[in-house]
Amino acid sequence: MTGVRQTWQVYLRGVRVLWRQPAYLGMTLVQPVIWLLLFGALFTSVARIPGFHGSYINFLTPGVVMMLAVFSAGWTGMGFVEDINSGVMDRMLAAPVWRSALNAGTVAYGAFTVVVQTVLIVLLALALGADFRGGIGGVLVLLLVAALLGAVFASLSNAIGVLARQRESVIGAVTLVQLPLTFLSAALMAPDLLPAWIRTVARFNPVNWAVEAARSAAMQTTDWGLVAGRVGLLVGLLLVSAALATRAFARYQRSL
Amino acid sequence: MTFKRFYRDPASEGDMEATIQASDLHKAYPPGIRAVDGVSLSVPAGTIIALLGPNGAGKSTTVRLLSTLSRPDKGTAHICGVDVVVDPVRVRHLIGVVGQKHGIDPEATGRENLVLQAEFYRITGREGRRRVADTLERVGLASSADRLAKTYSGGMQRRLDIALALLHRPRVLFLDEPTTGLDPEARMELWAEIERLAAVHNMTILLTTHYMEEADRLAGEVAIIDSGRVVARGTPHQLKSELEGDSIQIQLSPGAGAAARDALGRVPGLAGVAVDGDLLRAAARDGAAAIPAALAALDAAGAGVTSVTLARPSLDDVYLRHAGRAFDHAPVSEAVPA
Repeated sequence: MTGVRQTWQVYLRGVRVLWRQPAYLGMTLVQPVIWLLLFGALFTSVARIPGFHGSYINFLTPGVVMMLAVFSAGWTGMGFVEDINSGVMDRMLAAPVWRSALNAGTVAYGAFTVVVQTVLIVLLALALGADFRGGIGGVLVLLLVAALLGAVFASLSNAIGVLARQRESVIGAVTLVQLPLTFLSAALMAPDLLPAWIRTVARFNPVNWAVEAARSAAMQTTDWGLVAGRVGLLVGLLLVSAALATRAFARYQRSL
Repeated sequence: MTFKRFYRDPASEGDMEATIQASDLHKAYPPGIRAVDGVSLSVPAGTIIALLGPNGAGKSTTVRLLSTLSRPDKGTAHICGVDVVVDPVRVRHLIGVVGQKHGIDPEATGRENLVLQAEFYRITGREGRRRVADTLERVGLASSADRLAKTYSGGMQRRLDIALALLHRPRVLFLDEPTTGLDPEARMELWAEIERLAAVHNMTILLTTHYMEEADRLAGEVAIIDSGRVVARGTPHQLKSELEGDSIQIQLSPGAGAAARDALGRVPGLAGVAVDGDLLRAAARDGAAAIPAALAALDAAGAGVTSVTLARPSLDDVYLRHAGRAFDHAPVSEAVPA
C-alpha cells in the first residue's frame, strides 16, 4: 500500500512538470504531427500499390503512435540522470522510500506521456479522415498497447540512465534504436510488401507487435486472438524490462 | 491490542550509547582510491561534531557511509545503536541528511518538495499536511511555499534543503558542507539554526567543513580528517592547547632576518624560530612574557622591529599541523649565510 502511494507521488512529480511546461508538451507533439502529415503526404501513393488495402492514414496512424511511444518514453531515463547529478537522488535514497517506487513512478509517468500524445494523434488522424473501424474499444486497445510499449522503453531508459549517468548515453540509445525498430516493422509499410528478411526480423520486434495489435484492434476487422497474443508478448517484455531496470538500480546503489 | 503497544518512540532508542558510533570504516572506489581508510568516531547525543579536512580527505564519503548512501567495505557503524548495514531502513528514519549538492527538485514548489519527502517517511494525510506547514514555517519559507523552488535564492534553497532533512524529526543530522556557497548573512543564520537544533532539540549533528571558523564556532568536537583517516580529534580548545603555547610574529625591518634569527635562537622560552623574508615566527609557552626578552635581544643584535603580533593558536594552526600541508610548501626557514 505504501509502495503504491509512493509510486503515485513519484508519478505525480513527473506529471506536474509536464503540466507546467505546456511548451514542452507542445514540442513533444510537433514531431508526431509532422510525421503523420509528412509520411501521410509522402506515402499517399503507397496505398495504390497492389497488395495494399484501405487508406494510408488508417494504416499509418498506429505506426506513428508506436514510433512516438518509443521515442517519447525513451527519454524517461533523463529524469534519473538529472536527479543523480543534482543531488535529488541522494536525498531520496537517504530517505526510507521504497526503491522500486522510483522506477515504477517514473515508468508510469513515461507511459502517461505516451497516452496523452496518442490521444492527440488519434484526434488529428480523425481530422485527416481516418475512420477507426474498431470504434471506441479499438482506440482503447490502441492506447493500452501504446502505454505498454512506452512502459517497456521507459524501463529500459531508466536502466540506461542509472548505469551511464549522463544525458548523452540516453540520447544516443534512443536515437540508435528508434529508426531501426520502426523500419524493421510494419509501422510504415504493409507486412506483405516488406522484404522477407525484414518480415522475419519484425516477428521479434516489440514495435511490430504493438503496431499489429493496435492496427488490428483499431483500424481493421479485429482479430482478437492476434491482439491478445501481441499484448501478452508486450506484458512479458515489460516484466523483463522492469526486472532489468530494478537490477540496474540496485547496481547503481552498490556503486555509490 | 492497541496501536500504542506497537508504537515505538524513536527518541527513546539508544539513549544510553553514543548516537553515532563508527569503527574502522573503510571505503575504496575504483581504481583503488581509498576514500575512507579506517575512520572511527563516537559521538554522544546532542553534540555538534565537525569533520574538518581538505577536499578529497574523505569527509563526504564518511557521511555517505554513516547515512546509508554507501556501504562500507570494512568496519561497522551504528546510529542510535542501529547498524547501518544490517538495518538501513531503520537508520533512515533516525537520520536527516543535507548533501553537498542541493537535494531539492527545482521544478516543484517548496511545499511539493516537502509533501513528496513526507510520503517517503510515511507521514501522510492530515498529519503530513500539518508537518509540512510547520516545517515551512520553521525555516521561514511559509510565504514562499507555493513558488517553484528554482525561483528561490541560494539561502532559501539551502533552507528548503534543511527543511527536507528535518521534516521527520531525525535524531541525527548530517550536514555536508552546509554553508559552502552561502553569503555571509545566510551563513550566520544557518549557524544559529544549527546551534539551536543541537541545544533545543538535543539533536546530534555531524557537519563537514573546510572552514576553521565554522568548526571553531559550532562544534563541541572536531575531528580532523586527512587521506581518509582521523588524524586528530578533541574539543577545539583541547586541540589548540596541544599546540602548547602562543605564536609570536615579528615584522622586521628589511634585511634584518639573519641577525634576528640568530639573536632569538639564544632567548630562553622561545621555540621554533623561523624566518620568512622579513617576517619572523616563533612559538612560546607564555608569549606575553617572552616578548620583552625577544625585543631586547633583537635590539642588541641591531635588528629593527616594525610590529609584533601575539596570537593564541587558532584551529588553523592545529589543522595545518595535523593535515600537514602548509608546512610542506611554506618556506619555513630561509637558509641564511652566516
